[in-house]
Formats: sequence, C-alpha cells, structure tokens
Amino acid sequence: MRYAMAVDTRKCVGCSDCVVACQTENNVPSGFCRDWVVESLDGAYPQLEIEIRSERCNHCSNAACVRCCPTGASHVVDGGIVLVNPDKCIGCGACIASCPYDARYAHPKGYVDKCTFCVHRIKNGLNPACVSVCPTKCLHFGNLDDPGSDVAQVLKKRKYKTLIPEAGTDPNLFFLI
Amino acid sequence: MISRRDFIRISAISAGALAVGTGGYKFIRNMSSGEELNGPVPDLKRTPTYCEVCFWKCAGWVYKTPEGRIWKITGNDEDQHSNGRFCPRGTGGVGMYYDEDRLRTPLIRVEERGKQVFREASWDEALDFIAAKMKDISAKYGPESIALFTHGSGSGNFTTLMKAFGSPNIAEPSYAQCRGPRDEAFLATFGEEVYSPEITDIRDTKCLVLIGSHLGENMHNGQVQEMSDAIEKGAVIITVDPRFSTAAGKSKFWLPIKPATDMALLLAWMHEIIYNDLYDRSYVEKYCSGFEQLKAHVKDFTPEWAYGITTIKPELIKKTAREMANASPSVIVHPGRHVTWYGDDTQRVRAVAILNALLGSWGKRGGFYKPSKFSLAPVKTPAFKEPAKTWNDLFPGKYPIASSPVSNAIIDASVPANNPGYPVRGWIVNGTNLIFTIPNQQNTLEAIRNLDLLVAIDTMPMEITGWADVVLPECTYLERYDILRASPHRKPAIALRMPAAEPSYNTKPNYWIARELSKKLGLAEYFPFEKQEDMLEWQLKQAGSSLEEMQRIGVKTYERESDDLYISDNEEAEFSTDSGKIELYSAYFEQAGFDPLPVYVAHPEPPEGFYRLIYGRAPMHTFSRTSNNSNLTDLMDENSIWVNPVVAKEWGLKNDQYIRLRNQDNVTSDFPVKVRITERIRWDSVYMVHGFGHSQQQMKRSFSRGVSDSQLITNVLTDPLMGGTGMRSNFVTFVTETEVAS
Repeated sequence: MRYAMAVDTRKCVGCSDCVVACQTENNVPSGFCRDWVVESLDGAYPQLEIEIRSERCNHCSNAACVRCCPTGASHVVDGGIVLVNPDKCIGCGACIASCPYDARYAHPKGYVDKCTFCVHRIKNGLNPACVSVCPTKCLHFGNLDDPGSDVAQVLKKRKYKTLIPEAGTDPNLFFLI
Repeated sequence: MISRRDFIRISAISAGALAVGTGGYKFIRNMSSGEELNGPVPDLKRTPTYCEVCFWKCAGWVYKTPEGRIWKITGNDEDQHSNGRFCPRGTGGVGMYYDEDRLRTPLIRVEERGKQVFREASWDEALDFIAAKMKDISAKYGPESIALFTHGSGSGNFTTLMKAFGSPNIAEPSYAQCRGPRDEAFLATFGEEVYSPEITDIRDTKCLVLIGSHLGENMHNGQVQEMSDAIEKGAVIITVDPRFSTAAGKSKFWLPIKPATDMALLLAWMHEIIYNDLYDRSYVEKYCSGFEQLKAHVKDFTPEWAYGITTIKPELIKKTAREMANASPSVIVHPGRHVTWYGDDTQRVRAVAILNALLGSWGKRGGFYKPSKFSLAPVKTPAFKEPAKTWNDLFPGKYPIASSPVSNAIIDASVPANNPGYPVRGWIVNGTNLIFTIPNQQNTLEAIRNLDLLVAIDTMPMEITGWADVVLPECTYLERYDILRASPHRKPAIALRMPAAEPSYNTKPNYWIARELSKKLGLAEYFPFEKQEDMLEWQLKQAGSSLEEMQRIGVKTYERESDDLYISDNEEAEFSTDSGKIELYSAYFEQAGFDPLPVYVAHPEPPEGFYRLIYGRAPMHTFSRTSNNSNLTDLMDENSIWVNPVVAKEWGLKNDQYIRLRNQDNVTSDFPVKVRITERIRWDSVYMVHGFGHSQQQMKRSFSRGVSDSQLITNVLTDPLMGGTGMRSNFVTFVTETEVAS
C-alpha cells in the first residue's frame, strides 16, 4: 500500500480552502499551516502563464526527515505516510532543515508538526480534510498500488510532475500539468 | 442631548470595561489515543447550518468536540449550493464565532465631560431608547422617514418590522452597489433576472465568457465548482480583464482589454456574429424582437473599430466570436455580479444579455437554466399598511427603471440640503458596514451627521457602529436559528440554520431583536411566534417536513413540478417582457428616455502619473466583514497594491515596500499598503482587494492593515437608469510617508 496525492494545477484556483480545512480539522495553531498554496508566474504582460499548486508534505518514499531524526520521532507507518510522534520529538529541527519542500514547522508546544494525510480520517475510509473540502475537486488521493484508485487513475491519464526530483526523495505528491 | 455625532471607537467605553470573555479557541488535543492520531476523532455531534459568511448561503454541518466546543464546519452533500464542499470562508466561519473582538453587549451613545462615549446598556434599555426615537421621528415626519439598510439573513425579520412600521425605505446595498444593473438589464431583455445563485449552467457549458468577472477569486462556491467541472470537460474559457486574473490563467483566450472599453468589445462581437451569420437564427426568429434594429445599430461596430478603443486585435475578436458561436447554445456570456463600474452599467450588461440572446443560450443546456424555488408558506400577520409615500418619492424623477430602493439615493436624501422629496431622519443599519459599502465616504458621513437616530446591528465593531447612537450586538449565525433558506436552483430546496452553541456574551438573534422592538412599537402582531424556531416549525409543517426532520438532514430537496429545466426545441416559450419576446430592442428603455440599444461612451482616463484603481475579491475574504477573522487573516491579513513592473520602475517602487495612495480628489489613504510588483496588471491600472484598511482599532487583527479602496472612491458615476454607483473611474498615484508628512 502506498498513499499518494495528485494536485490538478489546471483546476486549482488557489483559494486556500485546503489550508483552512486542515487548520480546523487538525487544530493547527494560528500562524502555522500544514499545507499552503504556491503561485508561479511566467512571461511578461500580456503573454503570461500561471501555475497554482496546493502543496504539503510529499510523504517521500526516501524521506530525508526520517533518516536524520535523532530520536525516531519522525517515522513511516503503513501506506508510506510519514508522521511525527510528538512525545518522542525533542524539537531539534534537523528534519525541518533536511526537508527540501519546507513542509514542517515547529509547533509552539515544542515538537515538529506536519501533514499526516489525515491518517485519522483515512483509517475511517474518509479522504484527507483538504481533499474532501476542495471546491474545484483538484485534489486526488488514494492508494497508488491499487490501479482502481482515484489517484492511480488520474496519474495514468494525465501528464504530471513532482517537485525537486533531483533531491532523490521519491515523493508521493504529484502535480498534474 | 447630542447635537453633532462624532465617531466613537467602541473601545471608548464608559461605566467600566466590558467583562473579559472566555474567547480564544483552544482545542484539547487527544493525547491518549495513540501516536498516529494527530487530530480529533470524527463522528461527533453535528448540527445543520447555512453559511452567513457570504451571500451564497451554502448549507453544511457544524461539528463540535466532545467537550461541546465548536470545532469545524463542512458542506452538506445534499446541498446544491455547495455540493458538500465549503469554500475557505465558509470553512473558516468558526473564526467569526471565536473572534474575541466581537460586539458583546448593547451600547448607547452618551456625552460625558464634553466627550462622546458609549455606555453599556441592557437590551430593554437600548430597545426602549430606539422605540422612543422611532416614534418621535414618525410623529414629526412620518414613518417613511426611517430607512433600513440591510444585508444577509436577518433582512427578512427587520424588513417585516419596517413594513409594519410603515416605511418603504428598505434598501440592500447589494442592489445599487453591486448587482442592480445586471438585474435590470436581464429583466428588460428576458423579463427575468439571473437570481442568486446565478442560473448560469456552467456545469454543462462549452464556452464560458467572463467579462471582468474573476470567478475563483470571487469564491461563489457553486459557480467555481462548476467552472472546474467545465475545465475538466474541456470547455473554452474566454476572459476579458485588464488584469491576468486566476480565471484568465485558466482561459484559452485572455483579452487584456483597456479598462472601461468593454462596451466596444461587446458591440463588435455582436457585429461579427450578426454580419457573419453566426447567430442562432431559429432561436432569434422564434423568440426575439428587434433584431433588424439591432442589426442596423451594430453595422459600423466592426472588430477593427473596436481595436482602436479596446486594444484587442481584430483577429482575436473575430476568433473568440466564432468560439462562442461554435458552442451555441451551450455558451454563457456571464452577467457578472458586482457590475457597478462606469455609470453606464445597465446598458453594458444589456449588451451582455443581447449577446446571450443572439447565441440562443437563455433557457438552454450549458447556457442559462430555468430555476425552481420552493415556495414557503407566508406567516399569517395583519396586512402591512400602505406607506403614504414611496421610496421613489424621495428622489422624484430619478432612476426610473430602479426596481428596488436605491441605498445611495436614500443616503443623499438624508442630507436636507439635497432637497429630498421628504426628510429621512433615522437609519437602522443591519449587517452592512455602510462606511465601506457606499462610495464617497464624506457624503455618507454628512448624511449621518444629519440624522436623529442611527442604529447599527452587527456582530463586529465595524466602522458604522462607531457612528451609531445605539449599537445592537447580534449573535453569529452559528448561535441562532434564522429564516429558512429557499433559494432558486435547479431543484427547489430548503435549508435550515440552527444554533450550534448558545449566543456568546450578551448577544441576541435577529428574530428576537426585531420582535422585542416590535413589542415596544406596538407592532407585536407582526411577529406572532415567540421564537424563530416556532415560526420554522409551523412553516416546515406546511412544507410537509418538521423542525426535527430538518435538524437531522439540514437540506431537503424536492423534485421540480415538471421537466422544464430548459426550453425544449419546439417550445412556444413566452417571456415576461411587455411583448412576451426577448427584447433585443428595448421599448421599455426608450419610453423611460434611455437608449433602446446599447451605445459605446468613452469614459475618463487616468491623468498623467495616475493609474485606474481596480478592486476585486480574494477567495478567502468577503467584503470587509471577514477581515478580522483569525482563520482567514492567517491566509491573508492585508491587501497589496498590484503594480506593473514598468510602472514600478518609473516610480522606483520595490516589492513589499509600503506606500500611500492618493486619488484624483487629493484624498490620501489612511494607511500605507504593500507594493506587489507583478506582470499580472496592465500599466495603466493598479489593483487591490476590497475590504481592508480598517480604521476601527477595536478590530485588532484588521486595524490599519492595508488600504481601503472605499476611501479612495470619491468620484462616483451614477447610472441614470437605476441609480447604481459606478466606482471604477477613480485614479490613484503613489505618495511616500515623507510626502504625506509635508
């Protein structure tokens, strides 16, 4: 089992609903976020192109954050989801420095926090909060090892890319282009 | 006795400070449920609501924690407005409830030692004060001398109160500051407006044309969702905008038009479609009148003619006209929503309506569907007294085609020097921050200074509350029952809002406020039910449902009476215009003394060194009402001024520097605004998101953050047809802090 997410950049309008839904679902403290929106613009007026991406932890198959964690707080669970155990985390920040996607933040309570793919929801057969809420339905989630899953289907049909592939992290967050 | 009304910051409280509430959202993290559980457990008690953060009114569920605290809001899968997915503002609606800066108790303006302050009052005292003033004004000038300005779900109950009192002056700024020109234009053409939610069948369209409409940035939920569906299905999107909007970024064709010239483009499209036989001939012959007059009218409006005005190349005008025609009738030239731009807005949207008629999209799949609305049983009350004077009598001879009271005209009429048809001496302002809503702030303040009574009903200490004699704190939508939502849509449906929590502090629901005030005015018979929920129970019973059922399901959708979502091919459709036809040529406008066919008029251009101020929406904010919501300020806590790199270079502006803006009338912004240098805006314009730059200190997160476009909109081009306030002929330049100081 390998959980993955695909973000359709053609449909995303950058509304940041994914960010608010994650904050309320997971009680992310004000001023922090586990997911965020990036706009990249190319060209000069009026020859312009824009790409809008909802980004979060890439739940890398080769996760630098897990390798560098001195206490084992950062770890991988079933389905390849990368999690942090707050009780084991000493807040050293090595994982924050190692993540090429800047996906982690230091929680005010003293541990490092990040996207969990809403593991508490997917256990109950629900999609992550960001996927459930997205008004444009631009987020696809599922088990990549299941060819019938939404995410496997859409990655089969569409062109896609990953971010910073040269980092060799083998990410599980894909961007449909 | 207070002679002249000064602005009072709500923090200037007399008689001791307000009690500190227990606000501030603190969730108890579940530490005992294992390392993988970083969030709370699902399946908690949920209560239905429909959203009040914007006018789309999506229906959803409010979830609470085991401790009974409001946790999150999600969409109701059965709801046509949201399809189970809330937008960021709706999702962030919890921030409205937890906002520690909320109004907490009624306030009455008093004068102490020569200074005006608010004193805390009981509800009884505050309502007694209002009732006495209302009776006094009514005795002196008549009941029509008190006006209601209102927005949102509380409007229904306060409207009942005002009608019972005998005033016809019940104005929604959503008419003359927003959608009014569109409604009148579509009424004149098709005999029907486009409603809210709009009846645009975007889901099934093959071509969507957006003219200055920035769907995706204006997060009109259902429409944005359908635009995404249309993208998925390969629809062609054509966006006309001087700014490279998000929608422009999703478009096959972006027409970077010179601002204020849209009418020329619309006329050229009509010319191209008519003279190249691209229009839906059978539809036009069957359903439309005035085609020959229209054809003659647009004869000279060639794409080449329009090029000189719009800067859009003739080839692009021709190509996009063909894209529309190819998709016909599954094409939508979007009517827009906030369309009060240049003062000829009704005529411009008329051109949009005519174009849709030529393309045969009205009443067709992928064009405009025919809505259906659930008809709720009206509450049995005595008949309202016929007011002795109408709202039109306030400004005789003006705005002859306005079908709703014109808020700005009522404000003008509140200044005696403007010689109104009769005096306006009192305002009740519910859920609309008139200082930010109505352009030309000095004019609004002048009107306010002439009033005998100003009551502001709100959840937040918005600027308007600082000018009030009495401030009434309403509880948020998460703490109250409200009237049922029964909006038009593809299928008739009703939705319930019920409280997820008790009202915080000393706040009350609008029904309670309206009813208690009605008792003090001797009008209690107009509110026969003790509580809002008693009225709902009765209404739901008439609808074959019950309060208990609606509390469980939130939304009830009914089947249409007949299969008539679209006009069928051989249908002898009749339209609600005078002629029963779709009126390409408007005899109605002609009789009222206006152009029966839309005409291009050149609008003022920015003077040297000035740039046209264009404003719009961000998806995470609604007007100025969300600007202090902590869930949403987390996403955006100030606006920025978008500046083209060429302009930035000329002025030596750097990204993220703060600068003041000064407009053509020498009005300088209260606060500096952050510069955003971007290729996404034309060199003759600047752009900002509306709703920021609050001057109200009590709103701690929004005070002084960014610039208020409303403050800089002092040149208002009023639509002579219906009174709409055109707000896009204001020009700004950049001023440094040193220049401001000198």
